[in-house]
Amino acid sequence: MELLRFATAGSVDDGKSTLIGRLLYDTKSIFEDQLEAVERTSRERGDEYTNLALLTDGLRAEREQGITIDVAYRYFATPKRKFIIADTPGHIQYTRNMVTGASTANLALILIDARNGILEQSRRHSFIASLLRVPHLVLCVNKMDLVDYDEAVFESVRAEFRNFAAKLEIGDLTFVPISALRGDNVVHRSASMPWYEGPSLLHHLEDVHIASDRNLIDARFPVQYVIRPVSDAWHDYRGYAGTVAGGVLKTGDEVVVLPSGLATRIAAIDTPDGPVDEAYPPMSVTLRLADDLDVSRGDLIARPQNQPRITQDVEAMLCWLADRPLRAGAIYAIKHTTRAARAQVRELAYRIDVNTLHRDEVAEALTLNEIGRVTLRTTQPLFVDEYRRNRTTGSFILIDEATNQTVGAGMILDAG
Amino acid sequence: MVTRGGVAATYELEHLAALEAESVHIMREVAAEFERPVLLFSGGKDSVLMLRIAEKAFWPAPVPFPVMHVDTGENFPEVLAFRDATVERLGVRLMIASVQESIDTGRVVERPGVSRNPLQTVTLLDAINRHGYDAVFGGGRRDEEKARAKERVYSFRDDFGQWDPKSQRPELWSLYNGRHHKGEHIRVFPLSNWTELDIWQYIAHESIELPPIYYAHRRQVFRRDGMLLAIGPYTTPGPDEEILETTVRYRTVGDMTCTGAVESSAATTADIIAEVAATRITERGATRADDRVSEAAMEDRKRTGYF
Repeated sequence: MELLRFATAGSVDDGKSTLIGRLLYDTKSIFEDQLEAVERTSRERGDEYTNLALLTDGLRAEREQGITIDVAYRYFATPKRKFIIADTPGHIQYTRNMVTGASTANLALILIDARNGILEQSRRHSFIASLLRVPHLVLCVNKMDLVDYDEAVFESVRAEFRNFAAKLEIGDLTFVPISALRGDNVVHRSASMPWYEGPSLLHHLEDVHIASDRNLIDARFPVQYVIRPVSDAWHDYRGYAGTVAGGVLKTGDEVVVLPSGLATRIAAIDTPDGPVDEAYPPMSVTLRLADDLDVSRGDLIARPQNQPRITQDVEAMLCWLADRPLRAGAIYAIKHTTRAARAQVRELAYRIDVNTLHRDEVAEALTLNEIGRVTLRTTQPLFVDEYRRNRTTGSFILIDEATNQTVGAGMILDAG
Repeated sequence: MVTRGGVAATYELEHLAALEAESVHIMREVAAEFERPVLLFSGGKDSVLMLRIAEKAFWPAPVPFPVMHVDTGENFPEVLAFRDATVERLGVRLMIASVQESIDTGRVVERPGVSRNPLQTVTLLDAINRHGYDAVFGGGRRDEEKARAKERVYSFRDDFGQWDPKSQRPELWSLYNGRHHKGEHIRVFPLSNWTELDIWQYIAHESIELPPIYYAHRRQVFRRDGMLLAIGPYTTPGPDEEILETTVRYRTVGDMTCTGAVESSAATTADIIAEVAATRITERGATRADDRVSEAAMEDRKRTGYF
């Protein structure tokens, strides 16, 4: 079975929790004791109906304030696939949570209330999904029961969104008219919308093709850990452990080790269950090299004719995650693949308004939840690809060296 | 590696292989970036699986950190025997943090008739401080409980061992931030994205050995607070609590005083997978008295430094 990770964005008003509740309930993934606990709490609070949001709002503060603060992870499976849901709050002050949830998602699911059409927040959610290069976007036009299952309403929302989405880079866009409350087109096709010929939402989640979303072309292997057993049996063993970040590595391949630039071959690809002939993302393996080179954590193994850019100057879109604003000149710790360095912010080119996509070029700072384009200068060369080409070698985080907080999430742009 | 052969031609990774790869990645990150990691090992199924993944992550080198058991002194003897045999076989170093010792030295006060389970927090934090551990692997999973569903893979703890759910570090891509000041530490949960069913499927796939009490066996039990408790040195039925002998197994393994058995005839891993796939109650809901205290029992315990 394949694993599909998807992020959901929206607020309670859009029926997001109801939708997740229904997906979990109809796939038999809610347990009786969880449901009982939710029913009990709902009753005590005097809610009119069982509030399925309580299933995901796990923290005391969330239940007390009736809001979702943080990303919650939920799990369910069908006979076809396993699913991990990153359920993120939709409000603007939680943009950083949606960025977090979207960073590992194969698919983003955005809810729209059929009665309201495309709102500012729908645009924001779509922009973030596109910025984070989530390969598949599903727009659920919800509450179709409240607009008499009218095809014209659905079509008008679809046209409006397509018009807006033309400004974004979205790989695969799907629209599903649903009623989360009544279950129309969630798990089963709805009899109330015979005009809709596409699959139900769950069917789409089960079938959407995700295998080719990974980069299987550019071989990238960031060395994570050097394995050198101190034992007689494995006296001469030296293996480079890591997770394949791109491409397909094969035994016998000519490779180059960065930053040294020395060439060698892959002598073997080891796993504890025996050697394998090839390795691809996201496998965790151990490479042995034909020559005795000096290789350590933070180095990167690639193919001689296909190398990442080696640079200390990084152009990136940056999402700011901390209360203390980012300003040009500041220095942070940077983590990029398995490499750690320091980075100075040389320039903030513009701040982007996540609702209108307007670029503010006189902005002097990025505050919490803001996104902008920056230029960084790093103390060590990094081995980078454009984020659009590789989500692993194209991403980094910034860390405040005083507080140790993770303060920025960056997506690398082309140098040009 | 869970699946190869035909599947590799399309370069797809089975879900168990993907989960294993993620857990291996996390463990290698910790080994590379921390000075003194330790892995919490109770002999329970999640910690057994976690230790197996540690073995795999560093093969053919040995696991590069010790394991630690927080022993309440009221554990199942079968599980303690299994624990000792496992560390012996793997040649890893076992540290025991003893709740009894914490009681004897007055660090905690035992209340008669109340489980020692909550006392473990003090024993655990004392041991972390004494040995200077900076990364502590735990077998917690996000599907277990709703406070855990919100916890990071790298969960920062301050110098009191406290978890602050409202100021967690954002965790993006597979970039983990393990930076901390002296005296602080990181709890690391490499099995965050596994479900109970995944755990059992992996145990079956890898033929991982577990303590026998996970499988159906005859046992004398009595019912208390809706749970079936074993009769043993630390748990005796009251005058109006009826003793019955029945076929049970354990879905989770904790302290004998607060871990309930479930009636089950599942005698093999395959039986258990079928049972888990059909079950309608979470494992903690079914078998853990410690979670029944309140809606936020786990969150409250975690805030003060619990596992």
